[in-house]
Amino acid sequence: MKVSGFVHKYGNNVDTDVIIPARYLNSSDPKELASHCMEDIDPEFVKKVKQGDIIVADNNFGCGSSREHAPIAIKESGISCVIASSFARIFYRNSINTALPILECDEAAKNINSGDEVEIDFDTGIITDKTTGMTFKAQPFPEFIKEIINAGGLLNSLKK
Amino acid sequence: MGMTMTQKILAAHAGLEKVEPGQLIKCKLDMVLGNDVTTPVAINEFNKAGFNSVFDKNKISLVMDHFTPNKDIKSAAHTKQCREFASKLKIKNYFDVGDMGVEHALLPEKGLVASGECIIGADSHTCTYGALGAFSTGVGSTDMAAGMATGEAWFKVPSAIKFNLKGKLNKYVMGKDVILHIIGMIGVDGALYKSMEFSGEGLASLSMDDRLSMANMAIEAGAKNGIFAVDEITKAYQNGRVNREYKIYEADHDAVYDAVYDIDLSEIKPTVAFPHLPENTRTVEQAGDVKIDQVVIGSCTNGRMEDMEMAASILKGRHIHPGVRCIVIPATQKIYLDCMEKGLLKIFIEAGCAVSTPTCGPCLGGHMGILAAGERAVSTSNRNFVGRMGHPESEVYLASPATAAASAITGKISSAEEIFNA
Repeated sequence: MKVSGFVHKYGNNVDTDVIIPARYLNSSDPKELASHCMEDIDPEFVKKVKQGDIIVADNNFGCGSSREHAPIAIKESGISCVIASSFARIFYRNSINTALPILECDEAAKNINSGDEVEIDFDTGIITDKTTGMTFKAQPFPEFIKEIINAGGLLNSLKK
Repeated sequence: MGMTMTQKILAAHAGLEKVEPGQLIKCKLDMVLGNDVTTPVAINEFNKAGFNSVFDKNKISLVMDHFTPNKDIKSAAHTKQCREFASKLKIKNYFDVGDMGVEHALLPEKGLVASGECIIGADSHTCTYGALGAFSTGVGSTDMAAGMATGEAWFKVPSAIKFNLKGKLNKYVMGKDVILHIIGMIGVDGALYKSMEFSGEGLASLSMDDRLSMANMAIEAGAKNGIFAVDEITKAYQNGRVNREYKIYEADHDAVYDAVYDIDLSEIKPTVAFPHLPENTRTVEQAGDVKIDQVVIGSCTNGRMEDMEMAASILKGRHIHPGVRCIVIPATQKIYLDCMEKGLLKIFIEAGCAVSTPTCGPCLGGHMGILAAGERAVSTSNRNFVGRMGHPESEVYLASPATAAASAITGKISSAEEIFNA
């Protein structure tokens, strides 16, 4: 499977409070959550994000609160993949469990610029920056995790 | 190669003799926790997958603590959904307004979590129960839903960092100062994916309340879990609360650690984390002249009885600085009642504090003490991210109850020593 889109770039330690502030957690509706996605770090994000776009960030993306509302808001806003140098572990789990594609790739995170057009091939883990022509190889998921993602999330994988 | 405490507990719950870092395993769960923010998402997932029963109605805890007493109509709809789910599936440990408390203060208090157990909770501060020598970690709502249905969760076995504690804390220095010091030292991703294991002779001087507040903040260093060696203090705490057999695990003598840090408790000074990351620590002495608008004393980090007693010992006979609001939130109904019986509520109210029923409230910018643009708060909670307690242009400084109470009196970041030497 391939996805392609334009990049929204952020720095280190993007926490789930800025991804979706707690003042909006009185809702669990994905559309409502998506309408406030990234509000406290990038108030323009919801206006400029387009279907298929990609978030690229540095270390420890998704740190802090375990709120699954964060990957839900990101996915619902149209983001097709998050690439980061590293992810906070609960966010990493939540993304897999809710089938939001994420890739750990330090080289890509360092070299891709905001606004670049990027294509990702999930089968090979190859990330291509179409704007600069650079390519990067992300760590593939272990089989066990691939099964969860391919099933469309953890609970789908548990369905009998 | 031996195993760490965490590895031993995980191996036992996976039915394995031995596990190694990086190994993917499936573990049986002793408790699955959710709150009023994370449970509704879990219920939706649970229903969508077609489950209609839980693995064990005694091993699920639902605590309505974040936006309760319901702050608005949407929050009321969420707690109603949780209440109806608990009733339908006969979930025994459902805690609502009137008997609830802040979840990570409530579960240990009620003996619902114990040494050697394997616990997940849809709240990142579920790592708190590591203070009891349990493996306990935060997950999302989908993991919670799967845990409620199957009684199992998948884990990648973590490696560990060991903190060898020695010495004894000085007066007015608390467990909170120790964990802030450690996070300042290793950073907010310093223990990413790893366990933080606390042991050594210094444990003897740390109360359960100190340990619970330290384990609580393991997540703020990115850790999968924090865990304390079990000693007589742990056993005494569980005596009378935990009415079932529990198992004590010790790290092997040849357990392998990614790093070992020696921490001399006697050298720890009152510490504050400046905005907007828990790693931005300074000692109170180095804080400079930081004027504040609000103080919050409470939360799953520091809303326990010793925290209340420490704050009261400083506030007694004194008054909050003009222009500062001080909000005190005992973390459970029992702590609230104990505060009343010991005369602490009178001390707080006479000092000019607002005293609230248990709630997470202001800690996550939910309600009961939201900050306006440009306002600063000293809080005994665990996060000071952008917008955490209100407007994105407000600021949160994390500190111990001793420092928070002292700061409420002076109107700027201050240590308890400054109050008593004034």
